Amino acid sequence: MAEFKLPANSTVSLGKTHKAEAGAKNVKAFKIYRWDPDTGENPRADTFEIDLDKCGPMVLDALIKIKNEVDTTLTFRRSCREGICGSCAMNIDGLNTLACLKPIDDVTGDVKINPLPHMPVVKDLVPDLSQIYAQLRSVEPWLKSDTPPPPDAERLQSKAERAKLDGLWECILCFCCSTACPSYWWNGDRYLGPAVLLQAYRWIADSRDEAMGERLDDLEDPFRLYRCHTIMNCARTCPKGLNPAQAIGKIKQLLVERQA
Amino acid sequence: MAQDAFQGVPLRSALGRVRGKGSARGGTHHWFMQRVTSIALLPLMLWFTLSVAALAGASHAETVAWIGRPVNALLLLASIALAFHHTAAGLQVILEDYLHKEWPRLVAILLAKGACWLAAIAAAFAVLRIAI
Repeated sequence: MAEFKLPANSTVSLGKTHKAEAGAKNVKAFKIYRWDPDTGENPRADTFEIDLDKCGPMVLDALIKIKNEVDTTLTFRRSCREGICGSCAMNIDGLNTLACLKPIDDVTGDVKINPLPHMPVVKDLVPDLSQIYAQLRSVEPWLKSDTPPPPDAERLQSKAERAKLDGLWECILCFCCSTACPSYWWNGDRYLGPAVLLQAYRWIADSRDEAMGERLDDLEDPFRLYRCHTIMNCARTCPKGLNPAQAIGKIKQLLVERQA
Repeated sequence: MAQDAFQGVPLRSALGRVRGKGSARGGTHHWFMQRVTSIALLPLMLWFTLSVAALAGASHAETVAWIGRPVNALLLLASIALAFHHTAAGLQVILEDYLHKEWPRLVAILLAKGACWLAAIAAAFAVLRIAI
């Protein structure tokens, strides 16, 4: 049934404050969500005051500085620090984005950092993505073709056919969009969410793929696909500037077309 | 997570859970008709609102005569059918969004659709009694 109350362990208490070193002039406060599964305590928001004169320009730079110099137990995912791996997706200043692409200067006031919303938390800023990875696996995001490729050659695609993949192939699977989607929050167990549906459409739109009908069959479901109510949080939050809602709209269009 | 195994959570794999009962192979007709009815209702609701506004201050006899005119009766019946179809479709979406157990959801959707059907039939019957 509908749940109107949040679970007791979702209340975030006020945590520790780590003051900036004396003499720091350009200080910015970072309020970071902390939760440790081993303590059994509720999550807390720790405040770290950082001297921006001694810190790189991006939010990820500040997080790495905190982990290196202030609190080594701060836990987060990061890898490429240039917006291509999708590891450092988190909620910064109320919007899901990549910490490595988010300039600290973009945030007025304190920088509030939380894990991606509505996912189980493993620790601190690390969400459990096992279900959403399984959802991605379920749309079989790979080329399916019964026609063998030409001998000693790649499968050809015209420029127009290739252009249909623009706006789709750029997705780095950071899941900022899916975790920003209220429909995914309420029905994430069955609704595939914007990121996975964009990936599904990426293969539907691929001229080399021969399984469009099969893919549409598997998506044609009141919950898997039709929970999208064009709320558009996905397009608003995407750090790569993509529009998953448009891809979902195109899937719906194909489903109507094949009945006409 | 490993901890969940001790809290009575099934150990089925994430992929098994996600695939679940498979695709329902449906929903397109519902989604499409929701759009079709909303577009059709745009002119009908405009006509209905303007007509009712024009009838303000009219006597009972004048209003009954207005409903009894074939064109008005026809448009009223169309408005009733489309409006209640649209209402039922919209209520279904809300219930699907917010009720998470399959059987309570199914029962709630049937009740909402039943209520819409009865209201639509009652409204249509009222128009027909005057018009015929």
